[in-house]
Amino acid sequence: MFRYLPLILKSSMRSKRRSLLTVASAAISLSLLGTLMAVYHAFYIGEAPPQQALRAITRNRVSPAIMLPISYNDKIKQVPGVVEAMPFQFFGGVYKDPKNIFARYAVQPDRLFTMHADYTIPEDQKLAFQREKTGCVVGRGLADRYGFKIGDRITLKGDIFPVTVELKLVGIYDSLFHDDVLFFRLDYLFDLLPERRRNKVFAFHVLADSPNSMPRICKEIDDQFRNSTARTRTEAERAFELGFVSMLGNVKAFLLSISLALTFTLLLVTANTMAMSVRERVREVGVLKTLGFTTSAILTILLGEAAFLTSLGGLIGCCVTVLLVTLIRRLPSIILPLSSLQLEPSVAGLLLAIGVCIGLASGLVPAWGAARIPILKALKFTD
Amino acid sequence: MPVPIAYNLRNLRERKTQTLMTALGLALTVAVLLSVLALVGGLRDTFRASGDPLNILVLRKGATTELASNFARSVYNDLKFKPGIARDQAGEPMASLELVTVINLESSEHPDGMNVNFRGISPVGIRLRRGLAIERGRWFRPGFREVVVGHSIAARYPEVGIGGKVHLGRADWDVVGIMRAGESSINSEIYCDLNQVAADENRAEVLSSTLLQASDPIAKAALIQNLTDDQRLNVDAMGETDYYDRQTRSSAPVQFVGLFVAALMAIGSSFAAMNTMYAAVSHRSREIGTLRVLGFSKSEILLSFLFESLLLAALGGVLGCLLVLPLNNLTSGIGSFTTFSETTFQFRVTPAIMGIGMLFAGFMGAVGGLFPASNAARKEILVALRSV
Repeated sequence: MFRYLPLILKSSMRSKRRSLLTVASAAISLSLLGTLMAVYHAFYIGEAPPQQALRAITRNRVSPAIMLPISYNDKIKQVPGVVEAMPFQFFGGVYKDPKNIFARYAVQPDRLFTMHADYTIPEDQKLAFQREKTGCVVGRGLADRYGFKIGDRITLKGDIFPVTVELKLVGIYDSLFHDDVLFFRLDYLFDLLPERRRNKVFAFHVLADSPNSMPRICKEIDDQFRNSTARTRTEAERAFELGFVSMLGNVKAFLLSISLALTFTLLLVTANTMAMSVRERVREVGVLKTLGFTTSAILTILLGEAAFLTSLGGLIGCCVTVLLVTLIRRLPSIILPLSSLQLEPSVAGLLLAIGVCIGLASGLVPAWGAARIPILKALKFTD
Repeated sequence: MPVPIAYNLRNLRERKTQTLMTALGLALTVAVLLSVLALVGGLRDTFRASGDPLNILVLRKGATTELASNFARSVYNDLKFKPGIARDQAGEPMASLELVTVINLESSEHPDGMNVNFRGISPVGIRLRRGLAIERGRWFRPGFREVVVGHSIAARYPEVGIGGKVHLGRADWDVVGIMRAGESSINSEIYCDLNQVAADENRAEVLSSTLLQASDPIAKAALIQNLTDDQRLNVDAMGETDYYDRQTRSSAPVQFVGLFVAALMAIGSSFAAMNTMYAAVSHRSREIGTLRVLGFSKSEILLSFLFESLLLAALGGVLGCLLVLPLNNLTSGIGSFTTFSETTFQFRVTPAIMGIGMLFAGFMGAVGGLFPASNAARKEILVALRSV
């Protein structure tokens, strides 16, 4: 096959404009397909990062919007295999403008960095958070986005809670993922709330000793509260995040049907190009045959051209996908699994393979027809 | 005189496979756009149908959803005699104190279950919702653990038909009826007796919201102002229609992704159309030369080729519309990040949406046809005639 490489390249360059348009549309379609596949991989195939695999979340069985008594925390900690448990409160609220979307949680300062061993923060800032009741810490990404500096005042107007919290930024943590979150202190929030609403939270973070004991821990926690008024649902942090994804509707079907439409459209586009390209060259095929090229050699050259164009498109598409994936990661997202979105090598490989396959499939019919045409007929062919 | 349309039609027919393949590519692109629009449109219809223009929803100040709102019974007693609230035949104010919570319905089809709103209301609450009626069975009786289930829920979860049970807190509630209110999101809710659910949830004094009916549109505006400004009450009042309109935002992520994909696919598809048209132009060099010799001007040639591209796109547009037609009235559900409950809606492929699809196809055709057409128009007569 490599013998014919120069011929393949040459015939691809025959109509530069057409090849360019085909490669460009293949690149666009494949970059989109790659992004969708990366998202699909992140949602349904990929494993949680090692640190995250140790964390579970306990929340109300019915709805994350109904709170649980904070006393559950001690009971959760007694479950064998639980290293640490921390109540955390989703605050919601508005920072200056409702368009400023980022997560705000009220947590316990002494437990936050045990829960999230993947967060790194200078020791003095960590202590400052434990010392100052109105202190808060933010992720590096968030600090960069809003230009927060240590000592800044941040005011959040509550919507779920009828209070306004006035915070002082005491620390900035670094993390590979989830670095656009603001944490402040739960005890400060409770101080502001009316008596009736204190000591209740939306969820508890649970840290397990090993990923293997996770299923057992989840089950034991839920069993413990089986007969209480507020039953719980405990699931791995990853699964909890994916629960939010499923609220968007049938995401799986959405991703799959769009991917299918994309692939099919690309197939049509390339098949169209190849049909045109082959049609133009029937006489040339006759000449090649006269020169002694076999049918299979001609088939290789024609199919090679199609595969070359789409795999070039695939390569460019891969690069664009990396770009798109980086962009999505930077989005202020409420869909947490997307904040660690990456183009895995396996997905990239699959994407390239799809590109080549589309090329081969699209060239098959016209190339087969041209390669089998008798010499005389080919030489006499007029378009 | 323009080049006859029959010329373009015959050319498209001449290259059948190419025409069809290009049109199908365009059709799929149109179909992606239209299915997203149909989804968003259907969801909007559902929420639009959900509010009564005269109704006012009152929540605790700062709360954006009924679920997050805590509404004291005393506040209700203070506000129900405000001026401007409609009265029923008995002279009672049309104001309904309600409690909204969420339950999780599990079924064989949805093992993790889906959250639906569980609403406690009093008889006045039923009267406030015009168009709400029992479809099968009967209304719940006060003081009993009985519920009436929305039509869409009953359709999606056969387990909660009449005679079935739903679970709230520690108790089981009997399903005694199925209700329906046009296309409203009430069809995705479960209703029960207010006092019974308040007692079960230990929320006899702290409920969720109040729904009022204003006596007329002018009184409505004044009433909203009056309620919102009343420091003592500490509530936010808003038109029920506005409240539901805001919930349409749940579909924003789907809408964004869908439109983005459609836009990128459009680039690919117009490239394909461009390829096809370039090929058409180069095949027909001699014909173009002949046309020029016959006296057709450059601009007429340009228009003719552009028109051919638009015809191709129109074919794609029609095919795309046909492709999404089966989606019409397909039922699906979407969750809300603000209420954590699910609303059922139907895809709506309306003529307006199909019109947008045709325009979109036309746009792709125009972009794809412009360069090849100008290329055709600029051909030198002699060179064109001599080409093979």
